[in-house]
Amino acid sequence: MRPLTEEETQAVFKKLAEYTGASLKNIIAPQEDGDRNVFRLSQNRVYVVRLSMANLATSIARDNLLSLGTCLGKFTKSGKFRIHITALPILAEHARHKLWIRPNGVMPFLYGGNIVKAHVGRFSEDCPEHQGLVVYTMDDVPLGFGVSARSTAESRRLDPTGVVCFRQADCGEYLRDEDTLFQSG
Amino acid sequence: MGQGRRMKRKQGMPEALSEEHFANLKRKAGLPVEPPVEKASLSNKKRKTAKGAAAAKKPEPAPKKSSAKKSNGKAKKLPEPAEDSEDEEMGDEFDLDQLEDDGSADEDASSGGKMKKIWSDDENDSDDDAEEDDSVFDSDDQEEGGKKGKFVFSDDEDESDAEEKLTAANIAGLSRRLDKKLAEDKAITETEMQESAMQTNIDGPKIFGEEDDEDDELADKSKSLLAPDLQLLRQRITDTIRVLDEFAKLAEDGRSRAEYTAQLLKDICAYYGYSPYLAEKLFNLFTPREAFAFFEANEMPRPVVIRTNTLRTHRRDLAQALINRGVTLEPVGKWSKVGLQIFEANVPLGATPEYLAGHYIIQAAASFLPVMALSPQPNERVLDMASAPGGKTTYCSAMMNNTGMVFANDPNKQRAKGLIGNVARLGVRNVIVCSYDGREFPRVMGGFDRVLLDAPCSGTGVISKDPSVKTNKDEKDFISLPHMQKQLLLSAIDSVNHASETGGFLVYSTCSVTIEENESVVAYALSRRPNVRLVDAGIPFGKEGFTSYMGKRFHPSLKLTRRFYPHAHNIDGFYVAKFQKIGPTPPNAIGAAGKKNGNAAASGDEEVIDKTPITTDEDTETEDKSAKKKSKGKAGTEKSDFSAFDEDEDVKYIEKAKKNAMRRRGLDPKSLKKPKAQEKK
Repeated sequence: MRPLTEEETQAVFKKLAEYTGASLKNIIAPQEDGDRNVFRLSQNRVYVVRLSMANLATSIARDNLLSLGTCLGKFTKSGKFRIHITALPILAEHARHKLWIRPNGVMPFLYGGNIVKAHVGRFSEDCPEHQGLVVYTMDDVPLGFGVSARSTAESRRLDPTGVVCFRQADCGEYLRDEDTLFQSG
Repeated sequence: MGQGRRMKRKQGMPEALSEEHFANLKRKAGLPVEPPVEKASLSNKKRKTAKGAAAAKKPEPAPKKSSAKKSNGKAKKLPEPAEDSEDEEMGDEFDLDQLEDDGSADEDASSGGKMKKIWSDDENDSDDDAEEDDSVFDSDDQEEGGKKGKFVFSDDEDESDAEEKLTAANIAGLSRRLDKKLAEDKAITETEMQESAMQTNIDGPKIFGEEDDEDDELADKSKSLLAPDLQLLRQRITDTIRVLDEFAKLAEDGRSRAEYTAQLLKDICAYYGYSPYLAEKLFNLFTPREAFAFFEANEMPRPVVIRTNTLRTHRRDLAQALINRGVTLEPVGKWSKVGLQIFEANVPLGATPEYLAGHYIIQAAASFLPVMALSPQPNERVLDMASAPGGKTTYCSAMMNNTGMVFANDPNKQRAKGLIGNVARLGVRNVIVCSYDGREFPRVMGGFDRVLLDAPCSGTGVISKDPSVKTNKDEKDFISLPHMQKQLLLSAIDSVNHASETGGFLVYSTCSVTIEENESVVAYALSRRPNVRLVDAGIPFGKEGFTSYMGKRFHPSLKLTRRFYPHAHNIDGFYVAKFQKIGPTPPNAIGAAGKKNGNAAASGDEEVIDKTPITTDEDTETEDKSAKKKSKGKAGTEKSDFSAFDEDEDVKYIEKAKKNAMRRRGLDPKSLKKPKAQEKK
């Protein structure tokens, strides 16, 4: 376990900023109790964790440390950062653009489908094209995140079967990808 | 179709729920829940009354028997009262069966089923007869005990013959003895014939009941060749239990309690499929009747329970959301504010959007208990020593509201994957997942405010979940598992910070009910660690732990531990003990690995190696003096070790330490003395 290098930090922050926009700094801002969140890399996976926890976790040997705090995603072998569904709580907290889907669209999304216009309940107003957005149900339960296929204005003119948002991660992955999603040591 | 399944779950309801309330729920209205239950209870009642009747009749035969012995002196027939009642009951039982599932008798093995039917019909007849001319029958019986014999012979023709003869006997009062003898002879021949015909029909002799040898044969036969006749086996189990309940009254002459118990165990093994070893082990935990209830409960599935993730939602909201998806549920009981019991679900509970969004986790009600006992507080440091699949860990985190930190350890990395999945899904952020052997723990990290040890165990409390336990656990497991549990418990104790302001607690739990894995382990820990004591677990229900068992005596404070049983509480069999650590572990205590703690420092015969830095003599002396002064000044407050400091003694140790240090550096320790000697010269 180690802090991120400069390049790694850039890659991670760039990815996060797609979803959170300027409120990215809220993630790393000091908290009321004097603690703050730090980023740690352990076996290619990036974790967001309170500093006090990260310090204690140093006593765990590398081979035995399987997870700490919240996993954001992992670095691929080619050095790209891939964000995982486990980052959802953090993204949902600080999301800039949001998309709410109707109850009939929930299951298709959870099975890994893209979001068609017929399933969209609400949509953030000013979302441009190819911008990361967090997907919620109508009662504000975060389900996953994706990338907008059209800007908000364009998507209004779309027919009901047109794709509004490309899925990137959804909660269904906890079941579908359980084997690959988590570190197994 | 749903009804059958509902019924099953119905039987699995916990005590905390009142039936009326459940029935009154609107969403249950129109669902046919009640009638079948009533029916069942009715039939139970009937059964009971039947038994009661049988029991009421019981006292009568006893004098008869004695009179029979007196009168004809032929003891070989021996119409046993127990058998008699058994016969009668058997009839009732079959009647019931017919009532309940008229045509379903074809489920029985063809021949056996036929046999039974005939037999029950007959029994009906005889019962009727008995009712019709009850007085005659009874008086007759009482007058001449030998007549009683006819009930023993379960053979139908014989029975009817006997009855005819009985009436004849009544009419022709004088020729009784002759008739009786005739009947007896006939009966004997009948039984012989039956025995010879036993190969084809195993029903007949079984009804005869409690002859050990025969039963053995039958049990073996039923085990090896055919499916055991469960109906009869069960009947015999209940009968034996009844006898054991009122042994003085109902037991046969010359049969000991041990014989009955052995018979019962054998039957239980055959009926439920336990290995004899495990059956005996479990049986000895309870009274016979309770043991039977326990074995029965192990055949029934426990209700499905989910735990609300209070980090994400509230129980009421979750319940509403699930009800909208067609799930029938109820709060699990007054003791938990986060549990919901599922009665029926039209959707897979492990794949609803609420599940995937981390609003709940499917978790057995029993595994709430250790966490409730632990009751972790916010901002504490908690260790869960064997945590997969994460139900308890995430419950801890939820109780701490994602503050502080939870170390979730599980030695099995594959299982830890599921744990990480659950932790991530439930949005828990204060968990560090690691994979150590739990016995390594105080070395990896200690000083925890609370430690939860849900030890790996034989699983005798969760047989309903995993029936393979019935056969695959043997003596070795009950030696090796407690051994490991003891080690784990010691290292868990050593990992607790006794000086913690809020905590210093440890909870030990298993999903097993045996003494070896529970009370013995706790007692061992108490004996090895004088710095812990048991405290009340704070769980409102459950039975007290044993303080003495089969000659073993445990510390009286083991009363504070809690046992949970499937038949009594309708949750998995479970054991919870809560410790408080009140002082540091003494340095010479036996460690988890069986070695002495604190290296060689404490052991007497080994060389004492002092690792404190050695200063010059003057320095040490002054230090010693000052220390002495200090200790004298603070005699009351300081530890007793410092109060009496022997300087001369200390000099010896210093010398020794110096020598050791020399030796370690590869120098000759004797060279130390030389300069001094020279100085002296």
